[in-house]
Amino acid sequence: MLTALLVMTGIALLLGAGLGFASIKFKVEGDPLVDKIDAILPQTQCGQCGFPGCRPYANAIAGGEAEINQCPPGGEEGIRKLADLLGREFKPLSEEHGVEKPKSVAVIDEATCIGCTLCIQACPVDAIVGAAKQMHTIIAADCTGCELCLAPCPVDCIAMEPIAETVDTWKWRYPVFQIKQAA
Amino acid sequence: MLRKLFKFHGGVKPQTNKERSTTAPIAPVPLPDRLVIPLHQSVGGHPRPLVQPGDRVFKGQRIGAADGNLSSAVHASTSGIVRDVLPAVMPHTSGLTTLSVVIEPDGEDRWGELERINVRAATPDELRDYLRDAGVVGLGGAVFPSHLKLKPGKEGRLDTLVINGAECEPFITCDDMLMRERAADMLKGISAMRHMLQAREVLIGIEDNKPEALAAVQAAITASGEQGIEALSIPTRYPAGGAKQLIRVLTGIEVPHGRRSTDFGVQCFNVGTAYSIHDALEHGRPLLSRVVTVAGNVDTPRNYDVLIGTPMDHVVRLAGAHPDTDRYIMGGPMMGVRMPAFDVPVVKATNCILVGSPALFPPPPPEMPCIRCGECAKACPADLAPFEMYWFSRAKNFGKTQEYHLFDCIECGCCSFVCPSHIPLVDYFRFSKSEIWAREREKEAADTARERFEFKNLRQEREKQEKAEKLAAKAAATREKVAGEAAPPGATPTAAKPTGGDAKRALIEAAMEKARQQKAQIAPKNTDASTPGVQAEMAAIDARRAALEQPTEPPPPAGQA
Ligand code: SF4
Ligand code: SF4
Ligand code: SF4
Ligand code: SF4
Repeated sequence: MLTALLVMTGIALLLGAGLGFASIKFKVEGDPLVDKIDAILPQTQCGQCGFPGCRPYANAIAGGEAEINQCPPGGEEGIRKLADLLGREFKPLSEEHGVEKPKSVAVIDEATCIGCTLCIQACPVDAIVGAAKQMHTIIAADCTGCELCLAPCPVDCIAMEPIAETVDTWKWRYPVFQIKQAA
Repeated sequence: MLRKLFKFHGGVKPQTNKERSTTAPIAPVPLPDRLVIPLHQSVGGHPRPLVQPGDRVFKGQRIGAADGNLSSAVHASTSGIVRDVLPAVMPHTSGLTTLSVVIEPDGEDRWGELERINVRAATPDELRDYLRDAGVVGLGGAVFPSHLKLKPGKEGRLDTLVINGAECEPFITCDDMLMRERAADMLKGISAMRHMLQAREVLIGIEDNKPEALAAVQAAITASGEQGIEALSIPTRYPAGGAKQLIRVLTGIEVPHGRRSTDFGVQCFNVGTAYSIHDALEHGRPLLSRVVTVAGNVDTPRNYDVLIGTPMDHVVRLAGAHPDTDRYIMGGPMMGVRMPAFDVPVVKATNCILVGSPALFPPPPPEMPCIRCGECAKACPADLAPFEMYWFSRAKNFGKTQEYHLFDCIECGCCSFVCPSHIPLVDYFRFSKSEIWAREREKEAADTARERFEFKNLRQEREKQEKAEKLAAKAAATREKVAGEAAPPGATPTAAKPTGGDAKRALIEAAMEKARQQKAQIAPKNTDASTPGVQAEMAAIDARRAALEQPTEPPPPAGQA
């Protein structure tokens, strides 16, 4: 009996030491949870979630200070992924933060633009090019569609245009139909 | 010589329906009123248009230039006037449009000047560029630019060049007829490819339901006297014409999941591609037409030599479509896709126009639950577990579908064909694949956005810091200057205790003054070269100005206001 107890205690101590050592040796730098959450967020950087960008929101979620349903660009799927990752309950998108919209890019009406550079300062991803008093334009490939440039424009020359579907971005529908049957 | 053939996993034996369309030779097609030639017809980049509405084009003239190396040029298939360059509906299930050149033929079918190449003298790179500009792509259906496949591997040579004449899909006979009628020219194309790839041997695989084609190819080989080329009869079993399956049958090499045949010294080309390569290298003719099977719900199924851009219904009319026709399918019944309209153009990928009707292709019985019978896995030539992939596709769990090697699925349709529950499995797989691609694009976009956002923050941070440093340096300099000149007492106190509003105004004024000064400093650069007398005078003025300006200079703490 005593030997058994001793052996068990010995094993427990050994394993404990091992685990302790491992936790020091294999310590992960940074906060991996924030990175994981940030990887799910769409990086639109629009601030609709109430935080100045996706990463701060990720921080807040990880810290338990924010709900997982505050990011409209991420939409339902984003919330589902967050719920999966964090083991939280799925909730529909919170309405006060906005609604899910089709993906769009901003387009500047180049004839109206006065070159005030206000939009350049607003754009979180530097997707607008132009110099002071010169016409500005948007690099569509880099625009995340965050709409942050709309409000600052004093002449209202920026509009959001939904991205048109091309053959390269077209998706097969979820099968509800059948087109063929071998003869 | 008897060569050992191998078997690939799975496969099915659908009714072939090939006899009727092989009774008559390949027929020409009268010129249509209008050719609509999509610029994007191959895998890879979208070619740029080289013509404008109103331009006169000749047959064989390049109208779209390859965009980068992974792309292929497009040519006018006949002479005429360019009526328009606009997005037109393309032969794709989506019904979306793509930039196309509309040509109104002038009826003369006159060739333009052809770019010729001296095949013997040209370097392999020149030949590849030439084939890219001749618009030669894989005609088996995948339309992958051929020049990219005509590169020997790392060792500089290839072991086996496999030529695909299997044509396993029901109804389609275009390769069969091409081999019967053009075997000699096709063989010359094969020799050219063999030379470019430095291939040790060439194996031509032809299903045993095409004895005439096999005989024609074998006769051509004997006539050419070339060694190391063999045409082999392989058992008819769908999909023996899949690249990996044909390689397996002919060489016994099993290309594992996620690997390419070139890793094993094997490359595979379609017989039609071989013929086009010959046409391009020997005659300088770019890829302008292809053999297309018209079959299904028509009076006389037949093969036609169709100019790229010809509306499908123009060709189908020749074969006499039955009045109950309700759809065209591009490709065969197993892998084909439904066309969004009857007048979409024939493109390089169009091997067959299968004319359908509700009687010929009745709507399938409703989908029933999967009973996990495993029939699909038994039939899958790619050795996958379709029922698992189906399960996860249905649940939209795309990560899991990839674990089951979704991307090795060749969409052959064997699984749907055998499924007793009539589940349209391939549709689920196509759905999953496009969803995964969309997600990858989104992920990429998000990553770029994250990077750019972080960069912008960094830049702003840096700019702020630089500005602060500059300001600090300037403030220090001014303070020094002021101290050195022993500022008149009584001047500082007035500015030292300003009220909030005053401080702000003072700040702004200071900023404006500074800007004015800066301007003055930058503008008259000519003062550098002035005489000592003038400079002394200027120094005196500066000193006076500094003394005057001093009161408006706010002390640093007021900057917080
Ligand atoms: S709402 Fe979403 S996309 Fe916008 S900043 Fe917040 S997390 Fe990023
Ligand atoms: S261009 Fe406008 S909408 Fe696009 S990312 Fe910049 S600020 Fe957002
Ligand atoms: S054949 Fe159909 S029913 Fe059988 S396991 Fe496959 S998907 Fe399920
Ligand atoms: S369609 Fe895909 S999963 Fe189905 S049998 Fe063919 S390769 Fe296998």
